[in-house]
Parts: sequence; C-alpha cells; structure tokens
Amino acid sequence: MPKRVETVVLHDSSTPVIGDVQKGGSVVVTSLDTLLNQARANALWPLTFGLACCAIEMMSTVASRFDLSRFGSEAFRATPRQADVMIIAGRLSKKMAPVLRQIYDQMPEPKWVISMGACASSGGVYNNYAIVQGADQVVPVDVYVPGCPPSPDALIYAVLKLQDKIKRNTARNLSDLRLVEGLTGPRTLEEVEA
Amino acid sequence: MSLGIYKGIVKPITSGLGITYRRLKHKKVTVSYPEEMREQFPRTRWRHFLTRYESGLERCIGCSLCAGACPARCINVVAAENTDEARYSPGERYAVRYEINMIRCIFCGYCQDACPTGAIVLRKNFELADYHREDFIYTKDRLLEEYPGQSDEPYTSNRKEWAEARADEKRR
Repeated sequence: MPKRVETVVLHDSSTPVIGDVQKGGSVVVTSLDTLLNQARANALWPLTFGLACCAIEMMSTVASRFDLSRFGSEAFRATPRQADVMIIAGRLSKKMAPVLRQIYDQMPEPKWVISMGACASSGGVYNNYAIVQGADQVVPVDVYVPGCPPSPDALIYAVLKLQDKIKRNTARNLSDLRLVEGLTGPRTLEEVEA
Repeated sequence: MSLGIYKGIVKPITSGLGITYRRLKHKKVTVSYPEEMREQFPRTRWRHFLTRYESGLERCIGCSLCAGACPARCINVVAAENTDEARYSPGERYAVRYEINMIRCIFCGYCQDACPTGAIVLRKNFELADYHREDFIYTKDRLLEEYPGQSDEPYTSNRKEWAEARADEKRR
C-alpha cells in the first residue's frame, strides 16, 4: 500500500502531493513565490552605475518630479551587496566591461539588469573599437530602454516592465525561490529570456 | 540657561520647521506617471512612423536618404518598383523593406529632416522599453500607420492598462 502524504511540504514539483492546486508547484511554494515576487518587485534597489550622460536622466528620475520612490526604487546603493537591479546608464567601454561584470557578480541573487539608453543596449552611434556593442555581451540584460538618453518617464516605464516580469515569475520548486544564494547558482539564459 | 535653550534649540528648530511649513504650501511637482502623463514638448522625438497620403498610398518612395543621414546607421531600406497592379506609393518606387533598429537609434530626427516626402516622422510615444533584443527591430508593418493621419493623433500608450493593473493591485 502506497504511503499517504499527509502534509504539504516544500518539495520537487515532479512528486504530486495533497493540496496541490496550482499547476506545477505545491501550495506552499506558489503562495510563497507570490509573496516574494511582490516584495522583490516593489523594492527594487538600483545600483548606481552611471557610466555617461544617461546617468543624468537616471538622477532626475529619482528627483521630485518623476520620483522613482513611488515604486520603491529610490534607494540607489553605491555597493553591489545591497542592490537588486543594475541600471547600466551610459556607454560601456571595453575597459569598463570587466569591472561591470565583477560588480554584477558581487550583487546578491536575485538580481536584474536594466540596460538604459542606446549606447548601453547596442553601442548606439559608437560603433567603434572602444565601446562594447551591447551590454548583454557582458551581463544578462532583462529590460532594454531605447533612447539617447531615455527620458525619466521612459526609465520609469522600464522599471514597471521589470516589476511586471518579476511578478510573472513562478517558482516550480524550492530553488526557484532563490532564497539562499549559493545553493541555486546564477540565472540561466532561459530565465533571463523568459 | 533658559536663554541658551531658546537660542540654541527652540529658535533653530522653529525656523527650520518654518521652512518646511512654507514648502508645504507650494505646488506639488511630482507627475504620477503611469496614471497621468506630463505634457511633452511639441517637437519631442520618439517613436518613428511611416506616414500615408490621404489617398492611403505610402509616402515612402524608398530613396534611402534617411538611411544615409542616420548617424547610427540603424535604418535599412530596400526599394522595389511600383507596378500598376501593385501600387504602394505615388512615385516609381516604394520601400519593400523598411527596418529601424530602435535600440541603436538615437532619436536625432535626421531621417525626418532628410526625407523628401515627409514619410518618416518621429512622434511622442516614448514607451518603447522591452525585454528582448529582437523585438527592437521595427519592421515596416510596425512602423507604417494603419490609416492616414494616425501618427498625428495624440499618442496612445498602454498607461491605462498600467493604471488599471496598479489599481487592481491596490484593491487586492
């Protein structure tokens, strides 16, 4: 006689369990990931990564007229250890690329990247030897913002898009929740593209 | 001693709070963006449109002057001959492919200046951010307006959806 499962436990999605109402995951994990997604999406602390003129628009996004703090993103952190989202604002030179990668690696999971402006996203007019043609050659980028530079509204729109993406994220097992960094490892490319 | 307390503590605090009180009466400057939109300047340059004549024919004649003027080299035009059976534009040729790499575009408006027929115009819809690189190649079916005069309308954005979604969230 098969053993009956009496309690809802954190488990792998491949083994069905009593109370398994949501597709793919257990009740505990699905409710927990909704909670976590809300918490994460509504407190996206950006990392100060102003590389060029886009940084000026990024600063005015935080200022009183546009007021990014309405979306919980006002706390720009100067250290990657306390940041959730990296806003690459400006052209990324090839000399800066290893530094950017190192700072991205120092950010704790879960982490996201907004590539702000034409230069960071694709190189823009600087199709030359010195500029990386798209920051996604160095770090996985979640949201691209076109514009030269994007207006503060456009950046807010990108932040809202990123919030949308985070809220859409569904955890199928415990490691998808990304509670403990180091156990899960970096995001795969599929997770970034999703 | 009491004079010291007044001069050293009470007076600076009250004068400081006086500034706060005066600022409270000022007009609020914050634009609550997804619900309401700030007024854009009249010549703001954002999203591109390929316009049509009143008759419905495309204005673009596929001359590639916009591609030549583009400092970022983000426009690709492939022209083809019009025939009497398949007529897209009043001229001899039309653009069979018209692609703009939005992520490389710097919205300088040189294409708009260079265009001899006023086909390519830049309008005010700034909500262009997206998730995938491939989605930023705006092809002709995304750029071309569906009916004449569509690009001159006040720009429509998905801010209403945002506002409704946010209102739903608050209700929950």
